[in-house]
Amino acid sequence: MMQAATPYLAAFRARWRTTLRYRAAALAGFVTQCWWGAINIMIYAAFYRMAHGGDGAAAPFALHQTITYVWIMQATLALMPWGCDPDIADAVRGGAVAHDLLRPVDLWWWWFCRATARILGRLVPRALLMLAFAGLLLPRAGLGAWALHPPPSIADAALFAVSILLGLALSACIVVLLNIVTVRTLSPAGGNAVITPLALILSGNMLPLALFPGAFQTVLILQPFAGLGDLPCRFWLGTLHGGRAILALGQQAAWLAAVAVAGRAALRRTLHRLEIQGG
Amino acid sequence: MPSSPARIVVEDLCKSYRVAASPPGGRRGLAGWLPARRSWRTIAALRGVAFTIEPGTITGLIGPNGAGKSTLIKILSGILRPDSGRVTVGGLVPWAQRLRHVARIGVVFGQRSQLWWDLPVDDGFALLRDIYRVPPALYRTRRARLVETLRLADFLDQPVRQLSLGQRMRAELAAALLHAPPLLILDEPTIGLDAPSKLAIRAFIRDLNRQDGTTILLTTHDMHDIEALAERVIVIGHGRVLADSPFETLRATTLSGRRLIATFDGPAPAIALPAGVSRLPAADRVLALDFDPARIGAADLLRLLAPPGTPAGTAAPADVTITRPSIEDVISRFYERHASTP
Repeated sequence: MMQAATPYLAAFRARWRTTLRYRAAALAGFVTQCWWGAINIMIYAAFYRMAHGGDGAAAPFALHQTITYVWIMQATLALMPWGCDPDIADAVRGGAVAHDLLRPVDLWWWWFCRATARILGRLVPRALLMLAFAGLLLPRAGLGAWALHPPPSIADAALFAVSILLGLALSACIVVLLNIVTVRTLSPAGGNAVITPLALILSGNMLPLALFPGAFQTVLILQPFAGLGDLPCRFWLGTLHGGRAILALGQQAAWLAAVAVAGRAALRRTLHRLEIQGG
Repeated sequence: MPSSPARIVVEDLCKSYRVAASPPGGRRGLAGWLPARRSWRTIAALRGVAFTIEPGTITGLIGPNGAGKSTLIKILSGILRPDSGRVTVGGLVPWAQRLRHVARIGVVFGQRSQLWWDLPVDDGFALLRDIYRVPPALYRTRRARLVETLRLADFLDQPVRQLSLGQRMRAELAAALLHAPPLLILDEPTIGLDAPSKLAIRAFIRDLNRQDGTTILLTTHDMHDIEALAERVIVIGHGRVLADSPFETLRATTLSGRRLIATFDGPAPAIALPAGVSRLPAADRVLALDFDPARIGAADLLRLLAPPGTPAGTAAPADVTITRPSIEDVISRFYERHASTP
C-alpha cells in the first residue's frame, strides 16, 4: 500500500519544497493582503454604519463577523485555483510534458499531488502570517474591533478544518482540470481567464456570498466555488450547525467527486488523442 | 513464449496528423472576427513502417527533418497512438499498456529536460527513485555507478538550471537509467554538445550496451554518432523505411567512390584515364581523381601514376592520399536520391 503511494508522496514533497522557497513572494503577498483586507474592512464598516446603524443586527452577518470573514479570505487567498500549474504550461509549450507521460504513474493523481503541494506551499506561510497579524497582533495593539475572531467553539473549528481540506482538494482538482485544458489548447491563458475571476467572485472572496441579494442565496450556496471560501468561513463563524453543516460538507464532497471524475474522464480522452509538440 | 524485455517488433505502422490550414492573411478588417471555415489537411507521418530490433543491439534511426522519426519514437515510447499497425516492445503494446511499458524503458530527449529545473540533480534522482519504486539498496549502487561513469559528482548539489549543456546531458542519461531499463531510447542525445562531451556520451552509451546488454535505439543528425555506435541503421523518409542495413552496406550502395589526391614536385602529368576514373579540377601540381574501387583498385591506379622503374624524384608523386567520402556526404546523397520518392 505504502509502495503504491510512494511516487505521489514524492511528487508532493518535491513541489512543496520548491514552492516554499519563494519566501519573498510570500512576504509580498502577505503585505498586499493586509492592505487589501484593511481597505475592505473600512468599506464594510462604512456601509454597515450607513445601512444598519452600528453593528448591523439586521444584516446577514454582524460587522465583526464580516471582518473575520474578510481576514480569513485574505489568509486563504492562495487556496483559490489561480490557474494551470505554470511548470506544466511551460512543459506543454516546449513538449517536455512528454516526460510526464513517460512515468509509470497515474497522471491524474500525479498532477493532483503536485497541485495540492503547490497550493499548500503558497497557502501555509501566508495563512500563518495573516493569522498572527489579524488574530494576535491587532487585538494586542488595541484594535480588537478590527481583528480576526477565533471560532466560537472547538466543534466549529473542527468543522472549519474539514471544510477547508475539502476546499483544498477541490481547488487542486480544478487546477488539474486546467492542466488538461492547457494540454488540449496548448495555452494556459483561456482556461485561467475563465476560472480565476469565477472563483474569486463565487467563492465569496470579493464579497461575502451572504451579502449578495437574497434571491440568489440558494444558488450561490449550492455552486461549487462556495466550497473554496464561503462555506469554510461560515463554519469558522459558527453559523452552520446540525443538518445545515452536514448538507454543506456533503455539497463540498459531491462537487469534489464530480470535478475529480470529470477531470479523469477528460484526461483519458486527452491522452487518447494527444499530440506532443516539437520534433 | 516469454518475450525478451527489449525485443521491438513494428509491423505496418501508420500515423497521420490532421492540421488546420488557414488561408494566409485571413479575412480583412472586422470580418476576421467572424468564424472562418477551417480546412483540414491530413499529413501522413508514417505509412507502413516495419522492422524488428533484437535485444542487446544498438540501432541508429536516421532521416531528414520531418521524415517521421519523432513520431516513431513517440509511438515506441507509448505517448502517441498510431492509426494502424502493430507494435510490441518486450511483448507489451506501448500505448495500450503504457504504465507497464514505460516502467521498462528509459528515454532521453536531447532537446527537452526530464529533470526538475529548480531541484538539485541529486534531489531529482531521489524523486525518480520514488517514481520508479527502485528499492533503496539497488538505488544506492546504481546511483553510485552512474555518478562515477558519467562524472556527476561535482554538480550533484546544483539545481538543474545552473548546469552546462554537457553536464545536463550526462545528468539526463543518468536520470533515464536509474531504474535500469532494458531499452534506452535516445532522441538526438548529442545535439548542441561540444566535441569532448560528444565523445564522452558516445563512450558511455557503447559501454552501457556492452556491459549491461542494454538495447539502444538512437536518433541523431550527427552521422558520427551513427558511425561510432550503430551496428545497424534504419533510414526513415517520407514515412517509410528507405534502408535498413549495417552502415557499411549503406555506404557501399550509396556512395562507394574513393578520391585520390596526388601532389607532384613539378606539374602533374597528364595520364590516360581508365574506365571508372574521372579527373577533378585542381592546382597545377595536384592530380585529383575520383574512382570507383569496384572497377579499378587503388593499387592499380597508383601503379598508373608511378609505373615501376620510374626514377625517384622525376614523375613520381611526392605525396598521395586516398579518402572515402565523408559520412555526411553519403547520407546527403542518400537523402537526395530519395527526395523525389513520394
